Amino acid sequence: MKPFEGLSREIIALRISKEIEDGSYVNLGIGIPTLISDWVEGRDIILQSEIGMCKTGPIAYDADVDQDLVNASCQPVTEVPGSAYFDICDSFAMIRGGHIDVTVMGAFQVNEKGDFASWNNPDRGLGMVGNIGGSMDLAVGAKKLFIAMEHTTNQGELKILKELSYPATAREKVNMIFTDIAVIEVTTEGLVLKEIYPGLTPEDVQSVTEPRLIIDPAIKEIEL
Amino acid sequence: MDKVYHIPEEAVANIRDGSMIAIGGFFATGVPRALLRAIIAKNVRDLTLACGSGPLMGAADEAKRLVENGQIRKVIDSYCLPRSASKGRDNPLEKKIRQGLIELEVYPMGTLAEKYRAAGAGIPAFYVETGAGSLVQESVLTNIEKNRQPKEIRRINGRDYVLEYAVKPDVALVHAYKGDWEGNLQFRKTARNFNHIMAMAGQVTIAEVENLVEPGEIEPDKIHTPGIFVQRIVQASSETYAVSID
Repeated sequence: MKPFEGLSREIIALRISKEIEDGSYVNLGIGIPTLISDWVEGRDIILQSEIGMCKTGPIAYDADVDQDLVNASCQPVTEVPGSAYFDICDSFAMIRGGHIDVTVMGAFQVNEKGDFASWNNPDRGLGMVGNIGGSMDLAVGAKKLFIAMEHTTNQGELKILKELSYPATAREKVNMIFTDIAVIEVTTEGLVLKEIYPGLTPEDVQSVTEPRLIIDPAIKEIEL
Repeated sequence: MDKVYHIPEEAVANIRDGSMIAIGGFFATGVPRALLRAIIAKNVRDLTLACGSGPLMGAADEAKRLVENGQIRKVIDSYCLPRSASKGRDNPLEKKIRQGLIELEVYPMGTLAEKYRAAGAGIPAFYVETGAGSLVQESVLTNIEKNRQPKEIRRINGRDYVLEYAVKPDVALVHAYKGDWEGNLQFRKTARNFNHIMAMAGQVTIAEVENLVEPGEIEPDKIHTPGIFVQRIVQASSETYAVSID
């Protein structure tokens, strides 16, 4: 059981969209991050999809679906003026080569140093293999890395930890963590609690966060 | 130069047991399904399937038959297991991997793409930051313990980089929208994905195309893969399939 009910996945996505500046090239991972595309529609933000497309348009429905036109989450998307297609190595040159301004990904766990785990859930019992996909390349190359996730698991287990217990995707790469109850910045001093779900106290958030949180003097309710 | 074969079965006819076969496609998009079915029909065995991002999830029917026929020895991929654990338990490939009957070797997607490109470009190995600080830097990630070769790390300008080797497939199977008799290929939208680099990487590259045309019909400026990378080409009718996975 989750100790606190907070923002829905769609509203976490909305909050993250506010943190993305106009003029950014952005890559969105599977899950909550994918939902951000709805909130940035019409803005001067270009979505890069690792399958080999820049400027993916809105999700396609019914007659507009083209099976040769999907994003990396395998959703049918559309072409818009300014869209470009390219080969997978060019795509990862953009990603690894530091050309993506903001990457948003989900995670199983994050720690106070900005390490995160997203590719291998040991409970699944697959040992040393799992689905890495583009996650490690994206983490290495992004100018800013945002993690979007529920603050705890559905069973109430903590996900923001002192040390990861799952295998890491990358180390010291996470800049911000957006959850259903908090917005947290990863700094060299530690995790700074910047925004909080209305009705909750910093102590509530601390009770479901293992590392000690630094409370931003300007802490406020999550701004939508 | 005429590289045309009449049917997919003819184009794959001399692929031998034990081959490493690269497969283009990103999940369901741009997968050479007709050539995979020809491999199934030919019952070529002991195969290593070198993938980039889940074509065996996208072409689920073909993958199921390859697995059930016992044709696969090993899969190389970045993402080839169902996202959800419950679907994974029913997935034929995941079952064999859990039993150790099929080897799975995993890499980050961009690293894997570069391993194939490097093979095609005559580069034996390269250093890359991706995977540093994770299990990827410690050894080859495989379900078969004895094959977990340690990896070399090199510190360059104060950062750690992982040495990754090129992967050179014996045969590459790719899917293109258009191709001419001489093997020049044009892809369509996001169906390009891994197909160009797989064509570069294969010792022998076999392309199935939705439209087989005369040389000159594809404008030279709009050729994505020059025919020098393609040894055989075959017409395969376009098929409709579900794009969503999981």
